[in-house]
Amino acid sequence: MANTSSTTKDGAQGARPDREAHANVPQFGDRPARPAKGEPEFGSYYGRPVLNAIPWEARDIAGYLFTGGLAGASSVLAAGADLSGRPALARPLKVGALGAVTVSLGALVHDLGRPSRFLNMLRTFKVTSPMSVGTWILTVYGPLTALAAASDVTGLAPRVGRASTLGAAAVAPLVATYTAALIADTAVPVWHDGHRELPYVFAASAASAAAGLGLIGAPVAQAGPARRLAVAGVAAELAASRALERRTGPLVGEVLHQDQAGRLLKLSKALGTAGALGAVASAVVPGMSGRGLAAAAGAGLLAASACTRFGLFAAGQASVADPKYTVVPQRERRDARV
Amino acid sequence: MSPDPATDTGHVDAPPRMGFFTDTSICIGCKACEVACKEWNQIPEDGLEFTGMSFDNTQGLGADTWRHVAFIEQSQPDGDLRWLMDSDVCKHCTHAACLDVCPTGALVRTEFGTVVVQEDICNGCGYCVPACPYGVIDKRPADGLVHKCTLCYDRLGEGQEPACAKACPTNSIQFGELEVLRVRAGERVEALHESGVPEAQLYGHDPEDGVGGDGAFFLLLDEPETYGLPPDPVVTTRDLPRMARHVGIAALALVAGVAACTAGGR
Repeated sequence: MANTSSTTKDGAQGARPDREAHANVPQFGDRPARPAKGEPEFGSYYGRPVLNAIPWEARDIAGYLFTGGLAGASSVLAAGADLSGRPALARPLKVGALGAVTVSLGALVHDLGRPSRFLNMLRTFKVTSPMSVGTWILTVYGPLTALAAASDVTGLAPRVGRASTLGAAAVAPLVATYTAALIADTAVPVWHDGHRELPYVFAASAASAAAGLGLIGAPVAQAGPARRLAVAGVAAELAASRALERRTGPLVGEVLHQDQAGRLLKLSKALGTAGALGAVASAVVPGMSGRGLAAAAGAGLLAASACTRFGLFAAGQASVADPKYTVVPQRERRDARV
Repeated sequence: MSPDPATDTGHVDAPPRMGFFTDTSICIGCKACEVACKEWNQIPEDGLEFTGMSFDNTQGLGADTWRHVAFIEQSQPDGDLRWLMDSDVCKHCTHAACLDVCPTGALVRTEFGTVVVQEDICNGCGYCVPACPYGVIDKRPADGLVHKCTLCYDRLGEGQEPACAKACPTNSIQFGELEVLRVRAGERVEALHESGVPEAQLYGHDPEDGVGGDGAFFLLLDEPETYGLPPDPVVTTRDLPRMARHVGIAALALVAGVAACTAGGR
């Protein structure tokens, strides 16, 4: 290639066509693409995210948010069923809670970069780390759940079984809700902005999942609490989700309505509403069709809860991927102070 | 008197807090810091991609990039082109979210007030990654563990300065006692304002900011976000008491709800 420039001791001279190429480069310091209509103008480094991507697998961690919530609320409902003399409702919930917490533990270990070092979680206790606190909660909760289920299924040591059921139920509400603090205590914009509302969303989602499990596992005659909890859980989740959407506002909150997160959260609302209605109807439809309707409603409620967790996980990822969710609110906050 | 994180952690007779002052107004974008850091800390290669982002194929901080030189080309109103360069690094926050959320205690505060990952403790849970408001620490796929700048903890122990500062040919990266650096940075920004660079501003120097001030702070010639830095980062653990309260109320509501639902006859 012919070089049309020359360098003398006085400096570079002549045509330097390469230098002109910069004129075609996008406006550096701005986003590379012009913001769409109505989009806020903001600066970024070549449109790259400020935060590093969340290193968790959705299957493991969103999956855990679901199974942990299911386990926790199931243990609470199981204890309620026990205390109110509904053994046929209590048993599937106890067994389900054990299954769900086992899957949870597997998912948590699987997601570690070094699964063999899982026990390092237990070398310390840190109140500043929701994950540390949560690990200890699970460490107490897991064995109690196993005892409760084993005693119920085998009929052995009923007193230990009763005590374990109540013990598990005492810790279980935290199993179902601490995960909200786990994800909210991060710089992920939509999770942290929603740190006040997420615990209620999670508690309600867990409640409707446990209700779903109860509807699947228990005969209609003993499933009354599950039916009522289905309605209460879905109603509470709709209200808490609405509060979350309001809190996160039109900018950051838009990730709750877009793309995969938006689809999953919308599906969750539809499935939850259908599940709650099905649960109510199952009480008045006689015979086997009532039982079948209850099971279908229960499956819908479980799916709704899973959709909520995977949807909120995807929303978190989306709010990290675009720097505007990090930069614009912080810019506004900083400008408001000056 | 700003808080001393080493003493707060429990170090007795801690040496003065050490840090970086990165003066981007004299950075020439040579990337000697990136190279020196990689060499000294034996950080593996992490791919070579052509990004089209000026002279920056490094792209950003991560598990295998502990110093990252940002290149920004800006068209000025008069048609001229301006180049901004900034060697970014872990901020070694006074209130470090990565350290707060680490469930194993792998992340620790050193006697120099810096934040370091103990590689033999980390189990790769990855919680510190989304916790960091600056996008610094990250997980290395090859070993599943998190890695970041140690402020050359091994060199500090020997009275040496970190490799990046040692290699910097213009003294854009200045290493020293944080209190001294803050004074020097204040003087530098004043001098720049007087010499007709009104846009010069310090970033991360203020102990009153959302992370209690950075152990590694910067002099910038544009807004932080232009360099890929968050304009107003906060340590989210400061909201933990409120989160715990809501988690507790939600847990009680769950119990109350279930109790109400099981109380009925049918």
